[in-house]
Amino acid sequence: MNSAPRPARRLRHIFAVPLLIALASLIGLMAALLGDGPMDWLSWLGLGLPVAAVAWAMGTRRR
Amino acid sequence: MRQPMSQRSLRLWSAIHKWTSLICTAFILMLCLTGLPLIFHDEIEAAFDTDHWQPAHPDGPMLSLDRMLRAALDNRPGEVPLFMSFDTERPVVNVTTGPTPDAPGGAMHFASFDRTSGDLVPGHQDGVMEFLLQLHTDMFLGLPGMLFLGFMGVLLIAAIVSGVVLYAPFMRKLDFGTVRVKRSRRLKWLDYHNLLGIVTVAWLTVVGLTGVVNTLATPILDTWKNQSLADLTAGYQGAAVPTPAEMASLDAAVAQAEQAAPDQTLQFVAFPGGGWSTDFHYAVFLHGNTPLTSHIITPALVDARTGQFAALREMPWYNKTLALSGPLHFGDYGGLPLKILWAVLDVITIVVLISGLYLWLARRQPAPRTTAAPASPQTGGAP
Repeated sequence: MNSAPRPARRLRHIFAVPLLIALASLIGLMAALLGDGPMDWLSWLGLGLPVAAVAWAMGTRRR
Repeated sequence: MRQPMSQRSLRLWSAIHKWTSLICTAFILMLCLTGLPLIFHDEIEAAFDTDHWQPAHPDGPMLSLDRMLRAALDNRPGEVPLFMSFDTERPVVNVTTGPTPDAPGGAMHFASFDRTSGDLVPGHQDGVMEFLLQLHTDMFLGLPGMLFLGFMGVLLIAAIVSGVVLYAPFMRKLDFGTVRVKRSRRLKWLDYHNLLGIVTVAWLTVVGLTGVVNTLATPILDTWKNQSLADLTAGYQGAAVPTPAEMASLDAAVAQAEQAAPDQTLQFVAFPGGGWSTDFHYAVFLHGNTPLTSHIITPALVDARTGQFAALREMPWYNKTLALSGPLHFGDYGGLPLKILWAVLDVITIVVLISGLYLWLARRQPAPRTTAAPASPQTGGAP
């Protein structure tokens, strides 16, 4: 296609944060299934990240 | 995905995203809306449960299961028992009865009994939650409705995958989370659609996939009966399902089951002739005692006529998948904070659905252009 010098890096750049959020979500989904107490807290943290990301973007990324 | 996407593949993924979304959006929206209160059904039912029930004899001895079964059948003359389950917080036994051993869900009757007296426990009226659950499960259409919603779930997964593919060309010149609010309404909602969609990908994929598995409950149970329990019915050719009068002691059956699996806890009993047992056995279901194994149930089968122990039989992988798909779909396995996060993610999904619909409509009826932006992936040409 066009002469984009580093298409792979671009893609990696685009998906870096989404991938991190997806991994945190999956860890969160699994944690509460595998244990109680601290594992529940981990699940709240993991699934809290996508919600926090939305709040952060709405607070600082509107332009 | 190493190369920038060609125009052709971009058009193809756009078409996949558009059509899978358009077909399933109305149904997924209904599922999100009905699912929202269902996340909190325990809390809602507890809040409306105003009468503080007490057992008749708080310190009295527990009556036998056979005695409880008799009380339940006296309460529903002419019916047969289908399930018996046990409250964990109070001495209460729940008995589901029906006109026939294979009665469908709509014909079943559920009643609770005080295990210290055998008296009926007044049930709470949760008609609204029952209605929402039925709408959410099969839209009152039984198995075809369930399977249809399962197919809508498959389309949702296709919409998620194509949405992730399309995310890349739209974000090539934008930092993560950018929402352009000052240019056009369409662009603002495109950015919100991308942001809210991409952060909920993992959660919605899991909830969607486990929802699809849940819609397969009936075929999964049928397969389990025909495959895993087939050998247990070998000697019974032509025999009828035992009537309540013919049944052996339930207490003895449960005692044998607990003896066979001493490290497990009794969860419920399925009576012969229904979807959860053979035509001839009590299926006494036990669950493990760790957070993970508490979701996995194992039946002990006991001949319901003779009372003879037949087998303790671990369920196959597809039943275990179904069992774990329950909590992962309902979000009820990590306390109230997890339920609240589940609800927030559900609301975010609703915004993704509605903004997606808006983006499609706004594309069909182009508004007068205030910002002279040419349609391209970077500036908001819609899929």
